Order: sequence, then C-alpha cells, then structure tokens
Amino acid sequence: MNTMTRLVKNRIALAGLIIISLYVVIIVVSFFWLPFDPMEMNPELMLQKPSLSSGHIFGTDEFGRDILSRVMKGSAVSLMISILATLLGATFGILMGIWAGFLGGRWDNVIMRIADILFSFPSLLLAIFIMAILGENNANIIIAIGIVYIPQFARISRGAIIALKSNEFVRAARSNGAGSSYILFNHLLPNSIAPIIVQISLSLSVAILLESALSFLGLGIQPPEPSWGNMLSSARKVMMLAPWTAIYPGLAIVTLVLGFNLLGDGLRDILDPRLRNVR
Amino acid sequence: MLRFIVRRLLTLIPVLLGVSLIVFFLVRLIPGTALEMYMGTQVEATPEMMEELEKLFGEDKPVPVLYLEWMQDILKGDFGYSLRTGRPVLPDILSRLPLSLELTLFSLILALLIGIPLGIASSLRQNTFGDFLMRILGLLGLSLPQFWLAALMVMAFSGFNGWIPMGNYVGFLEAPLRNIKMLFFPSLAIGIGFAAVVMRYTRTSMLEVFQMDYIRTAKAKGLKRKSVIYTHALKNGILPVITVTGFNAGYLLSGAIVIEEVFALPGMGRLSLYAIYQRDYPIIQAVVMIVATIFVLVNLVTDIVYALADPRIRLSD
Repeated sequence: MNTMTRLVKNRIALAGLIIISLYVVIIVVSFFWLPFDPMEMNPELMLQKPSLSSGHIFGTDEFGRDILSRVMKGSAVSLMISILATLLGATFGILMGIWAGFLGGRWDNVIMRIADILFSFPSLLLAIFIMAILGENNANIIIAIGIVYIPQFARISRGAIIALKSNEFVRAARSNGAGSSYILFNHLLPNSIAPIIVQISLSLSVAILLESALSFLGLGIQPPEPSWGNMLSSARKVMMLAPWTAIYPGLAIVTLVLGFNLLGDGLRDILDPRLRNVR
Repeated sequence: MLRFIVRRLLTLIPVLLGVSLIVFFLVRLIPGTALEMYMGTQVEATPEMMEELEKLFGEDKPVPVLYLEWMQDILKGDFGYSLRTGRPVLPDILSRLPLSLELTLFSLILALLIGIPLGIASSLRQNTFGDFLMRILGLLGLSLPQFWLAALMVMAFSGFNGWIPMGNYVGFLEAPLRNIKMLFFPSLAIGIGFAAVVMRYTRTSMLEVFQMDYIRTAKAKGLKRKSVIYTHALKNGILPVITVTGFNAGYLLSGAIVIEEVFALPGMGRLSLYAIYQRDYPIIQAVVMIVATIFVLVNLVTDIVYALADPRIRLSD
C-alpha cells in the first residue's frame, strides 16, 4: 500500500485531514464572502445572543461585530502564521540538523550546543520574550514561533541522518563518486523524511496554540484585526455576561489544532515502520 | 554515579553561558537604550546630569564589557533595577516566584494523577474501543488552549460560591485549605494538556514493556496478572514518564504565566506581563534568565533521577 492509501485507511489521520480540509474551505469562502463585515461596529447590536433569526449565528461581541464573521476571518490569519512559522523553523532546523548529523565531529558539537541553548527556554516563554523585543506585528510572530521550532527540527533530522548514514547504500553512492551534498540531499534526506513530516504536522498544531496565546496576551495579532486569540482576550471583560464571545473562538482553535494533532498522530502510525509491523 | 553527576553538572556551564548571552544581547537589539526609555520625553537633563545617569545605567562602556559586568552582578544576585519603579528587580521576582512554582508543582501532580492511571488502563485494553476513545481524548487534551480552559472554568464555576475564591492570595503555610482551593482550577487548566502527554507516554511505554521477555517469564511462572502488571511491568513502564515530566516542567511554568493572568493570581507571570507591557526590560531579562535556569536545573535533576532508576544509563555513559 502506498502512503496515500494508508492515509485514507487510517481513521485518525482521515478525521484530521477532513477537519483541515473543512477549514481550508472556510478560509477560501471567507476571502469572497462573510456573513457580516467583521470590522463594522454596531453599538445597538452589542452582545447579541446567538440566534438564527438575526443572522448572528455565533452572536455579537462588545462592539456589536458579528462573531462568526470574525472567527472566519481569523482562521486565515491563524493558519497562515502557523504554516509560515513551521516552514521557517523546519527549513533552518532541518538544514542545521542534517549538516550536523552528516558532518559529525566538531560541527555537530557546535550546532547541537546551539540547539541545546535554544532548548533551555520553555517554548512559550521564548516566544513571549522574542515578541517583547521585536514588537508586535504578524511577521514577528512568525519569526518568534519559527525560532522556537529550529532546535526541535534540528534534533529530529540529525537523529534521522545519523541512523541512516552508516548504511550500505551511502557507501555504495560514495564509491560511485557521489559528492557529500548529493548524498545528503538525494539519498539521506528523502529516507529520513518520515519523522520530519510527523513533526511538521504537530508543529502546525502547536503554532496555532502559541499564536493564540501570544494574541491572548496582547503580544500577537493586534485588534481590530480579528484573531482567535485576541477575540478571547477581549471576551474576558464580557464573558460572564456573554459566554458566546469566549466559547466560539476557543472552539475554533480546538478543532483546527485537533485536526493537525489527529493527522500527525495518524501519520506517525502510517510512516513509522516499527509501529506498522506491530499493528 | 558520582562521575555521571559531575559530568552532567559540567555541561551546565556552557548552556547557562549561552542562555545568558542570548538574554543579554537580544535585549540589546531593542532600538534605544535603557536610559532613553527611562528618560522618556518629559525630562530635560543637562549634559553633566546625562553623564552621571549614563554611568548609573552603565552605558558608558562597550557592550562586551557591559556583558561581563552584568554577569558578575547576576552571580552576586544583583539583577539591576526596574525602569518604572526604580526598585531592585530580584526581591520583587523572588516574592512572586513561590506562587508560580506552587502552581507548576500542583499542575504537575494533577497531570500525573490523571495521566498515569489512564495510560495504564489504555495499555491494558490495547486496540479496543476504550483504548481508541482514550486516544482521541488524549489528542483533544493536547489541543485545548490552557487560557481558554481557564476562561471556561471561570465562567462555569465562579457562580458557585467559594469554588474559585477571589481576593488576596494566601500562602500554603498560612492557610493550606484556602491556598489549595485557590490554585485547584488554575492548576487543572495548566495540567490537563500535560496529563494527555503523560497518558500517551505511559501507554506506549507499558505496551513496549509488555513485549519484554521477562514479562513472558513472569507470566510463564504463573504469577497473577495483577502482580505481573503492577510489580514487574509498571516499574519499567514508568521510567520514560520521569523524563517527559522533567522536560515539560518548563512548559508548565510558562503556562503559569498565562494562567495567572486569567485567575488574577499575583505570581511571577503577572509581574513579567506587566513588565512586557511597560517595556521594563531589566525585569524581563531577569525573569527569562531565572526561568531558563530553573528549567535547565530541572532537566539536570531529571537526568540524575533517571540514571538512579535505570542503571543502564549511567553504566553506558
């Protein structure tokens, strides 16, 4: 069975894939159509209860803005930041990790000590610290979360390369005259991609949590631009009166994060050959 | 064993040096100096006064020299002065640290109490519906933002009189019951995600142990199922949980930063958030440095505990 078939057959991965696809559809729709203007304030429609008849299915917030429209608009920002941050962390982390693993010796030591130092900061604290220094804007959120991810990807890809590089096929390639870069990128990297893919999926989920935590603390996406995190932040003042202001943005976070976690967990089953034989 | 501990202690030095370099130089990246931020726009100072102030703020020297002086001060326990209040930073942090550490410890305990039994139960029912359900619940636990969970708890339970006591924080030693009551829901909000992690690790590790020869032997010589599971398998199955616990202590501590804000608890997290909003960099620097040091130390202790529990580690090293 190839990976795609196994992916569809694995119920957990499939459930994750479905959730993520639904979000992609919502995001595409949100570019062309939203139930209401997510930015328009309507003092007379303040804190309306969710109701079908008024059209505000998720209710309205303290400025009378439609929560469903804001949740929809926020999904694009959250997913974009999560993807770009993961891409940034993965690119630098993998490059560092595979060179460290492949070269070994002194380079390995230097690169992995740098990773150790970055690892000494709890991830949320490091992200908060970087945001406090760089200042709040969307590009900086991507940088902050990306930096948090670098050591994680470095460690995983290094481990994968080290496990592979003493294999016969590497020596065979070398005796055929292949250069180091060629072996690394054409032989070793493709063979160590499985754990990296799983890590990417899990990183996407954590990035959404990190971004929403930063925005919740006022260090991430700045109002009035809607994001799930900053919606929850402003909901804190009114949530005792209007619980829906806090419930729906949170549910949006949970479902998308769950989607990536399901996909990642399913992918681990599928891609890890050791687990495959157990089942 | 002693050699293992000494060697492991020595690796701390370069890591903590690196951490201090990052903390010091990242703050230097901020445009404007601490002095300019302190002065703001309102104060007009004569050149002589400025010179005096520059000396006071230590900005009259090249950056590497400043770093070395900063390191010296830190080793003496002097983390500088707040830009807003002018008070020394360290006492303010130390007075708030116990609450954050207590919160971290409570959430750790809750997570282990929830995670380990569920993990064992799940491993005993491998590939049944119950196992599948717990796997989904575990993934759900990993997907819950701590601060949202905290907000839900406030909404759901603050209506019940005394479930989430508001008002002044009291220490554990002063009024243990009230203290535990105050910290129960915050700890739960922080710990649930970690409980899911513990559950998953416990399950995988127990399943691996069940495959071992000595378990087969124990079964073959006619031991009861209970005794095989709880005396033979559990001891080894629990080992990886030690590592993952140590490694996540920092994650729980930084979770406390966010959760303290939601429950209005006066811990280190709240202090550092206000410092961030007010751009009070000496406090931020000190908090990051202290938390990273705690994190590194906890990892060290974890490694040592693991080596004590599993002789293979220290013998192979």
